[in-house]
Amino acid sequence: MDLILAFATQGVQMLLVAAAAPLFTGAVRKIKSRLMRRVGPPVLQPYRDLARLMRKEAVAAANASWLFRATPYLVFAATWVAAALVPTFATGLAFSWTADLIAIIALLGSARFFLALAGIDIGTSFGGIGSSREMLIASLAEPAMMMIIFVLALIAGSTQLSNIAGFMASSAVGLRVSLGLALIALIMVAIAENARIPIDNPATHLELTMVHEAMVLEYSGRHLSLIELSASLKLLLYVSLIACVFTPWGLAPADSGPIAWLTGIAAWLLKLLVAAFALALFETSIAKMRVFRVPEFLGAALMLGLLGALLRFVSAGF
Amino acid sequence: MPVDFSLCLTAAFLLLSPVGAVISNRRAGSPILYTASLLFSAALAGNALAFLISGGEPSTDVLPLGIPWMGAHFREDALSAVFIVVINLGAAGASFYALGYGRHEQEPRRVIPFYPAFLAAMNLVVLADDAFSFLLSWEFMSLSSWALVMAHHRAPANVRAGFVYLVMASFGTLALLLAFGLLAGPDGNYAFDAIRGSGRAAAHSWLVLLLILLGAGSKAGIVPLHVWLPLAHPAAPSHVSALMSGVMTKVAIYGFIRIIFDLVGAPEWWQGMAVLVLGGITAVIGVLYALMEHDLKRLLAYHTIENIGIIFIGLGLALAFRSNGMPAAAALSLTAALFHVFNHSLFKSLLFFGSGAVLNSTGARDMEQLGGLIHRMPQTAVAFLVGCVAISALPPLNGFASEWMTFQAILLSPSLPQWGLKLSVPATGALLALSAALAAACFVKAFGVTFLGRPRTARAAAAIETDIFSRLTMFIWAGLCVLFGVLPALAIDAIGPAVLGLLGARLAPQLPISWYLLVPISENRSSYDGLLVFLFIALSALFTAIAVHWLGSRAIRRSAIWDCGFPDPSPLAQYTAGSFAQPIRRVFGTLVFHAHEQVVIPAPGDVAPARFHVTLQDPAWDGIYAPLASAVSFAAGRLNVLQFLTIRRYLTLVFVTLVALLVVLAIWT
Repeated sequence: MDLILAFATQGVQMLLVAAAAPLFTGAVRKIKSRLMRRVGPPVLQPYRDLARLMRKEAVAAANASWLFRATPYLVFAATWVAAALVPTFATGLAFSWTADLIAIIALLGSARFFLALAGIDIGTSFGGIGSSREMLIASLAEPAMMMIIFVLALIAGSTQLSNIAGFMASSAVGLRVSLGLALIALIMVAIAENARIPIDNPATHLELTMVHEAMVLEYSGRHLSLIELSASLKLLLYVSLIACVFTPWGLAPADSGPIAWLTGIAAWLLKLLVAAFALALFETSIAKMRVFRVPEFLGAALMLGLLGALLRFVSAGF
Repeated sequence: MPVDFSLCLTAAFLLLSPVGAVISNRRAGSPILYTASLLFSAALAGNALAFLISGGEPSTDVLPLGIPWMGAHFREDALSAVFIVVINLGAAGASFYALGYGRHEQEPRRVIPFYPAFLAAMNLVVLADDAFSFLLSWEFMSLSSWALVMAHHRAPANVRAGFVYLVMASFGTLALLLAFGLLAGPDGNYAFDAIRGSGRAAAHSWLVLLLILLGAGSKAGIVPLHVWLPLAHPAAPSHVSALMSGVMTKVAIYGFIRIIFDLVGAPEWWQGMAVLVLGGITAVIGVLYALMEHDLKRLLAYHTIENIGIIFIGLGLALAFRSNGMPAAAALSLTAALFHVFNHSLFKSLLFFGSGAVLNSTGARDMEQLGGLIHRMPQTAVAFLVGCVAISALPPLNGFASEWMTFQAILLSPSLPQWGLKLSVPATGALLALSAALAAACFVKAFGVTFLGRPRTARAAAAIETDIFSRLTMFIWAGLCVLFGVLPALAIDAIGPAVLGLLGARLAPQLPISWYLLVPISENRSSYDGLLVFLFIALSALFTAIAVHWLGSRAIRRSAIWDCGFPDPSPLAQYTAGSFAQPIRRVFGTLVFHAHEQVVIPAPGDVAPARFHVTLQDPAWDGIYAPLASAVSFAAGRLNVLQFLTIRRYLTLVFVTLVALLVVLAIWT
């Protein structure tokens, strides 16, 4: 019985993240439009877009290989599994011990690896430029993320997200310098990883500065739909990650009942709403930067993370 | 006893060498020889594996060879057994692959006799139990592999590679010779047992470490001693490249572990720090070299340097923990390093097999001449892709499992008391993460430019799938990469006895843990389950595919390339390896390689094409080897006069030298 319940909550988590991801993207778009004094598309528009793309036939270039067609499924599956392992409404879900934070980030790396390969598959210059820049950004964002993981793991004494969230919710954590540095670095990495302004513009097309959109330019129909859903999922994953580590309030503990879960879901949705406001406000108030400024941005994130980790190594008090 | 069995098979390899010389010009010569090598190495690996699993006692043997009053000592313990498995698994793969690949060999007589000798030499190094046999086997390994590097000696680049390799190999052996001299002392006994007991290492510990790093490190490819490696490994035939890169560098790692962990014993904390920092620098510089390289086999050789760096990070951590009396953490670090040794031997062999197949089928190693091979060589492409994912340390394959363990070891290090370690360990962690991320970029480039896109030349467009032996070998090795990715506990438990023998502690057995979970320290701290991650991804991808095809559309239409409406029909318009690496070259290359880009645009009206030049400077060559070479050349020029003296003067010189040495000796004592 316990086992069935454990599987059920893990299943709920998987369905929940997949269902909520387009909603979050839609909310960010709506808020952004309102901030720019536009009416903007309805909040539910991403669902309609995804459904429309699903129903259309997929068009692939004549020389597209099997890798091009398999990549959307692989990318979506890897991102979905990663997102299902980040606590949203409850910690200690049945499979939370399957992969720790390092493995979750590496799973996203696997997804990116295949997406970058698919960008090169057709043999166009746009696909190549996207893949090449995506890997540059990743090569800086991943070490920065690893340093953030170091800070969190050294504070909480664990790389398991459930344990980190549990520790952060307890009173043992207190106010720490290294945590503040990690938070800033994590937000910077999240912006870069999700191709948001100022690193990349998710709304742009036909610009030489685009990165993620250039990489997936050849995709259409159900393939494009899955890739867009993966991008939304990844954004939701990072927001949930920041929420569960830095604002672990309302998270249902491991052995709690349905009422705690319901409050957990409500708290999570509230956090998402706040995050959507913050992201929209940030994106409307800043301009996109040149591609070769990106290393400076991410280098700063890396240095912040490294500084935090060094502080933790030097003294447990920071 | 295991050691006798191993020695008999090694002797069989040695006998195979002259047999190979006799039969090499027969048609059946190469299949007979490679089949025999395959059987011998499979037997050796199986025997060593059985020894590891049964947890037997070390066995020794003394043969009446070598120095008359001492004999040649051999010993097989758990550490030797781990490396015998690594060596002979790689050898079995290379032999099986060569059953197909070797048929295309232009000059089999230059390869076949030396191949079994090379295998015998590597086995002898890990079996040797005294300094004399160790050095003799080590030098034999260098020379036999040198002969294989020189197999295609008519290419000028290969001659240079052979020369640089020979110089570096003799230099490395010299350093090891001096190190053993220090360890054994003036009246010393050169048997490893005597060295272990003498405790003489402590007096010169920094000098011993330096000499071992020079000797074993130059063979393994530590920066800046790596320069021969990207020249020599690709010059050999591909199955030998796989052995040199995947296996011989591991024999060098064995030499380091045997001497520093076993013979020298109690380390100082700064030794750990030195090895650790060197490993971190080697990892990052190695992968940056690989990113700048567009020759597929050289890229793989450069990438070996990165993995050697990762292994040395693990070894450095183990030394640091050991010096502070933390055996459990040291065991985790050493297990991670040994597991990475095993993993790297698997995926690097696989990738070299794949590059050999590409080379055979297209005649090109330069990636800029390839492209679109996934359509012409679909099976090679699948196996090569698995190797690329594994080497990029991506879950759920095996490269990730060992890097994950290294990260877990790093996270244990805040409890180390020394300030030098407190500061250098997190910095090394950042370097490790950086090198892992750059490795992914490097292999997106390697796979993407070689196998994806459109063919760039007629040769690439006319490629055909490789032979059945090569394909089978690659698929088996790809399967092993997946197997040890989803069930890392299999390898970790087999490594356990070796770690226990060296450190007196080991990781708790991982196989009995439910769901094949990997728990290096405690479940509260960290755990990873490759099997479940693999199953989850496979099931959710399958579920998504079925759901999308069922609920959405399943129609697909093939059409022309879209490319935002402006597709260029020329395949030259697609991204090349050079353009793929350009952003990374700009960000990191200017710092490390002084990369300089120059665009020459002709004047208006001039129809000459615009030109783009990139110049890179190799910091190791320019900073160390070029000045060293010119110093040697200068000294040789000055000493040239000594060549034309009379016999009287030569005798005087000999006499003066003798007197000078006696005076030195008199003052010394």
